[in-house]
Amino acid sequence: MLRFLVGRIGLLIPTFIGVTLVAFSFIRLLPGDPLDLLAGERGIDPERKAELLRQMGFDKPMWQQYLMYLGDILQGDLGTSFVSKKPVLTEFLTLFPATVELALCAILLAVLLGIPAGIFAAVKRGSFFDQSIMGTALVGYSMPIFWWGLLLIILFSGILQWTPVSGRISLIYFFPQDTGFMLIDSLRSGEKGAFASAVRHLILPSVVLATIPLAVIARQTRSAMLEVLGEDYVRTARAKGLSPLRVIGLHALRNALIPVITTIGLQVGVLLAGAILTETIFSWPGIGKWLVDSISRRDYFVVQGALLLIAAIVMIVNLIVDVLYGLVNPRIRHT
Amino acid sequence: MPLLEIRNLVVEFDTAAGPFRALDGVDYTVDAGEVLAIVGESGSGKSVAMLAVMGLLPDTATITADRMAFEGRDLATLSPKDRRQVIGKDISMIFQEPIASLNPCFTVGFQIGEVLKTHTRLSGSERAARVIELLKAVGIPEPERRLSSFPHQMSGGQCQRVMIAMAIACSPKLLIADEPTTALDVTIQKQILDLLLKLQAESGMGLIMITHDMGVVAETADRVVVQYQGRQMEEADVLSLFESPKHPYTKALLSALPENATGDRLPTVGDFRALFETAPKEATA
Repeated sequence: MLRFLVGRIGLLIPTFIGVTLVAFSFIRLLPGDPLDLLAGERGIDPERKAELLRQMGFDKPMWQQYLMYLGDILQGDLGTSFVSKKPVLTEFLTLFPATVELALCAILLAVLLGIPAGIFAAVKRGSFFDQSIMGTALVGYSMPIFWWGLLLIILFSGILQWTPVSGRISLIYFFPQDTGFMLIDSLRSGEKGAFASAVRHLILPSVVLATIPLAVIARQTRSAMLEVLGEDYVRTARAKGLSPLRVIGLHALRNALIPVITTIGLQVGVLLAGAILTETIFSWPGIGKWLVDSISRRDYFVVQGALLLIAAIVMIVNLIVDVLYGLVNPRIRHT
Repeated sequence: MPLLEIRNLVVEFDTAAGPFRALDGVDYTVDAGEVLAIVGESGSGKSVAMLAVMGLLPDTATITADRMAFEGRDLATLSPKDRRQVIGKDISMIFQEPIASLNPCFTVGFQIGEVLKTHTRLSGSERAARVIELLKAVGIPEPERRLSSFPHQMSGGQCQRVMIAMAIACSPKLLIADEPTTALDVTIQKQILDLLLKLQAESGMGLIMITHDMGVVAETADRVVVQYQGRQMEEADVLSLFESPKHPYTKALLSALPENATGDRLPTVGDFRALFETAPKEATA
């Protein structure tokens, strides 16, 4: 297991270097100069601009800038935002809990609904339920997130008025946000109705963000279960006189979960990408919205830093998934 | 009263091309302590018949029988829950592919212990002791260490021994062995057959051996049922069958044994097809 883990961590290093290269070059490939954008319509004096470019190191050749950037990363310095003048890491850590909270709720929703739906569809293969579940999953998978989010806002916030349109909590509540996780902070605050308000604000964004992962997980679980249910060891389990619940829920599911876990891991990347859209639709103050705003402002260091941190998170989650994969599948663990 | 008594068993599968009759009115009787071999080519319905007894056929199968009784209890009328109390405890089954038949995600100790947990009231420590005892009984070396092994860490022969340990865990009255040696090396085949016969002799359980290997039949069986295309061709005690087969298909089957080869070509059952395809349905010695 240790060798397995060391091997996986070793693979992260070249991936990380690749990500720094992409993050660094991506923002520089976009047309538009950050100083011109900051100056706005008034423009900027060419001498002052040259001075600022020199201060920021943008007058140096590209390869030299990249090496300086790498050196800074190794010292834990991701740069400072042109706009807020705050260190990128500090801004990221302030906004990150909001995204994690949303992503966790979404993935929980996707897993808790997707896996049982997939199992049920596989066990009742060809039935009306199977076709309904798979048809719904296909629609969910094909739906543009932006349109789906707006549709839900119109229905549940506009017409039915069950849920708020945007934000993380109603403006009437004020309490210290120590953890950054609104559900936890609202509970700790003891303010009456604060937690319920936080939950109500979380419902629609979570549903929107969970839609694609839910569809993917349900379809993957169904196909994995169908494959596994035909295996000899499932017949052996039934021949032992075990209950159908134990045969399906333990013997079949344990094997079917192996590809499903990989799928769930891959969905984390989809969630973070989806968070960019979802956070924009629901004005959710997370890293997705922060990244979109920074790209439009050509805030080089924020874009570089945010991309790098998001990529690092995806890599860490994938590492965790690899370890889980090894734990679930003894054949991997012992090789 | 026979241990297992089956009369006029018919199994049909729903297929896209309409119903397919895999088994057409076969009869079996097995007494305690008896070894019955069911022999026939692939597709003769040997495994289907026993999977029907075990209740392991898919939902697309329709099973009908005039009688399907185990120790006098009609298996067909038992509720699924009651039937599960018989399956794995009083009647157990081992399969052709031992490695594929064991769950790759669970240890051998867990998989054997699970049968005991389902059908007995043994405590955790008693179960662990019984599993070690079973692994010893089936000839697995270092059973204490093997408890935590996964199927992929064992050979095919060892996996079949584990399957046998699992099958005999609750001291069944009837053990069905579905081609238990087909996937194994020749040297291991002999060991597994000897083990099955030893356990059968010690416990006095009934044993149904499904095989297409006449050598296995000669070595193990008391009585033989010969099947072809879902129909029972002949039923006889093993000596009569080999010495004076009644049905042309049985004669064809015996004529196709490698030792009967003449010239540079091995005979096949197909060489004698004209003899038995026009013969009457069944011959009984």
